[in-house]
Amino acid sequence: MYHAGLAIILTLWATMAHALTIEDHRLYPGTGDVTLRILSTADLEVFEPYLLAFQAEQPAVTIDYSVVSSAELHRAITDGASFDLALSSAMDLQFRLANDGFAQSYRSDDTQALPDWARWRDLVFAFTAEPAVVVLSTDRFEGLEIPTTRQELITLLRENAADFAGAVGTYDVRESGLGYLFATQESRSTDAFWRLSEVMGRLDPQLYCCSGQMIDDVTEGRLALAYNVLGSYAAERMARDSGGRVQILRMQDFANVMLRTAIIPKTATEREAAGALIDMLARLGLREDAGQWPLPPLNSAGPGEAPEYGPIRLGPALMVYLDPLNRRTFLTEWEDAMEQR
Amino acid sequence: MIGTGSIGRRLTFLLAGVAALLSVLSWWMVTGLAREAAERTQDNVLAASATAIAETLRSEQGEVRLELPYSAFAMLGAIGEDRVFYRVMAGDELLTGYADLPALSDPPPPGQVRFDTGTYSGETIRMASVSRLVLAGAQPLPVTVTMAQTGNGVSTISAELSRLAAVMAVAFFGVAVILSFFAARASLRPLNEIAAAVSRRGPSDLRPLKRDAPAELAPLMTSLNRLMERLGQSIRRSEDFIAEAAHRVRTPLAVVRTQAEIALRSVEDEAEKRRLRGIIRAVDESSRSAGQLLDHATVTYRADDLTRAPVDLATLVEQTSAALEPTAAMKDITLTRNTMPAQIMGDPVLLDNALRNVLDNAIKYSPEDTEVVLAITTEGREVRITVTDEGPGLGDGPVRALTERFRRGSNTGDIVGSGLGLTIVEDVLSAHGGRLELHTREGERGACITLVLPLS
Repeated sequence: MYHAGLAIILTLWATMAHALTIEDHRLYPGTGDVTLRILSTADLEVFEPYLLAFQAEQPAVTIDYSVVSSAELHRAITDGASFDLALSSAMDLQFRLANDGFAQSYRSDDTQALPDWARWRDLVFAFTAEPAVVVLSTDRFEGLEIPTTRQELITLLRENAADFAGAVGTYDVRESGLGYLFATQESRSTDAFWRLSEVMGRLDPQLYCCSGQMIDDVTEGRLALAYNVLGSYAAERMARDSGGRVQILRMQDFANVMLRTAIIPKTATEREAAGALIDMLARLGLREDAGQWPLPPLNSAGPGEAPEYGPIRLGPALMVYLDPLNRRTFLTEWEDAMEQR
Repeated sequence: MIGTGSIGRRLTFLLAGVAALLSVLSWWMVTGLAREAAERTQDNVLAASATAIAETLRSEQGEVRLELPYSAFAMLGAIGEDRVFYRVMAGDELLTGYADLPALSDPPPPGQVRFDTGTYSGETIRMASVSRLVLAGAQPLPVTVTMAQTGNGVSTISAELSRLAAVMAVAFFGVAVILSFFAARASLRPLNEIAAAVSRRGPSDLRPLKRDAPAELAPLMTSLNRLMERLGQSIRRSEDFIAEAAHRVRTPLAVVRTQAEIALRSVEDEAEKRRLRGIIRAVDESSRSAGQLLDHATVTYRADDLTRAPVDLATLVEQTSAALEPTAAMKDITLTRNTMPAQIMGDPVLLDNALRNVLDNAIKYSPEDTEVVLAITTEGREVRITVTDEGPGLGDGPVRALTERFRRGSNTGDIVGSGLGLTIVEDVLSAHGGRLELHTREGERGACITLVLPLS
């Protein structure tokens, strides 16, 4: 029963069928023969500006953009699916792909300009730094004090259990790779995580696969609070249509910062175009002010911005929670905490 | 083979060559050691990582359990950006990790770390394995934890250190070249000093070199001194021979002259008288030449080993001119002395000889009924004895050439002379550290000969 090899990770991760499950897809025809096939976890509404900007630079390149979950992306690349670029918010899986030899190296002045913590072996390149935040509904929080730390949040949830019953949302870490990454890193960094999980578990928490749905539910008042939402998406939605109904909160005691990363898979055929897009993303990652781009630059996670501890480190330690034994242990604990009813 | 190149340059090149060799050797050694150190560091980190994982091994309900500590993986990022692989085996079954990592040749004994090098995923990896016995079920089961890492970090570190070592080796070489240059110069200094001492010597100074020399130069010094001694002996022998020869020639000449004079008195025929006078003239000339050869030999001999006694030049001029007074009187020549006391250290015999030669010349070349003036003046640290005559002067040829042996002026006519006079004078003066100055008097007739000597 301990035959948990590498392949088992994939079966654990991929709950979907064996064929690649594409959530969204769009083709941006270019004027030339080159087609850049991108596999990404970023929704089109978030990432389209980047694709259009790239096509403005290189009009000849046709872009074939497919949106998949991070687990699907990992499975597709390890299965040898042919893509030229893989963009993912699950930095642990991206790291693992590179570590296991599924990425090819790329080096340019732009990638060399990235700080050391934002690239690994010229294989993995980070181009955004996105924090995990709490999104809350201003309507449901009327008359309540806005918490700034996990301890305050725990106290708030305990004291107002009736108000929050069934109205607290977070990632289902069994399904969401990003949720799992945030949860494992947080469990490592603050002991408040498990206490908060237990408190949430008593409130009949709503579990989600993706940030988008959570934010929608907060906006519509179905949820009072969504925990560990990807900050950049929340900001995007807010800017668009909240009208003051949601508020974004960064926990002051500790906040995870995730690096969105790009790799060129071993199977890539359009290396040059893929490299050019990485260069553009690296340049945007190093831009000084956030500007109108949907995703924040790397410097928003730069060292020294208290109380953050910098982004999650791109290194071998990311492989620890991907190990099936560790994953099973963590999920068991998490289920115990979340599903106590 | 001994070339004609500079010893200093050869020495510099040789030392620089040795330094270059040592530089390369030291760079090579540092590079090797740096690689060794980096590899050991990686081994230690891998061992610590594997041990940390092995320490989490436990048995729960008959099953082997473990968890991978975050730190066990985080520490592997310390050396560099290396790919990391791991495997945990319980007996022959895979617990977790990369099943296809290279198998260990034999499992490590419990409590010890075994290191292996293998190839995985197209790269060379270093593996550290730790084994522990875990009681699972009925009997203890050996569980082996293997941590593996690629060698990029090690290569990067050792390449950096190697570059640093190369820079230092080049700097070391540069310093060594400069030092080699100075070392070569310092080693050759005694040789140069001896060469300078030899070349500083006067033309007739054949005394042995008495100075300290390095052991390597002692044979050269000995040979040089022996050579000079032989040379000196040879010169002395030939001077002796000349002196002997001159002496031997002079005596028979005196006899021939006496006989010729007797014969002159007894013959009446004018033609025969002329012939006899010719004989007497030739005999006189030969006798004079022999005399001066003797003088010259004396001067040369004495100059080698100069006696130094206080000499008052005024007295000397007085005595010498007094001795030549009768000769002057025969031609009605007035010797005017214009002296002042001047003391020098020197050999009175040689100085007298020199002055006599000059005065003799002056009287010899002066026309009858003229004046020869002897004057002593001092000028700074020098005393000058000037002999001025009203003769024909020194002729048109180069003045300095007159001091060469057997060289006579172009205007001497039929006056008897050997051509040795001024040679002797100059030898004497240079033996005393002085010099001879020759001038034809401008606007007037006559020569002005000055003997310059340093005051004591």
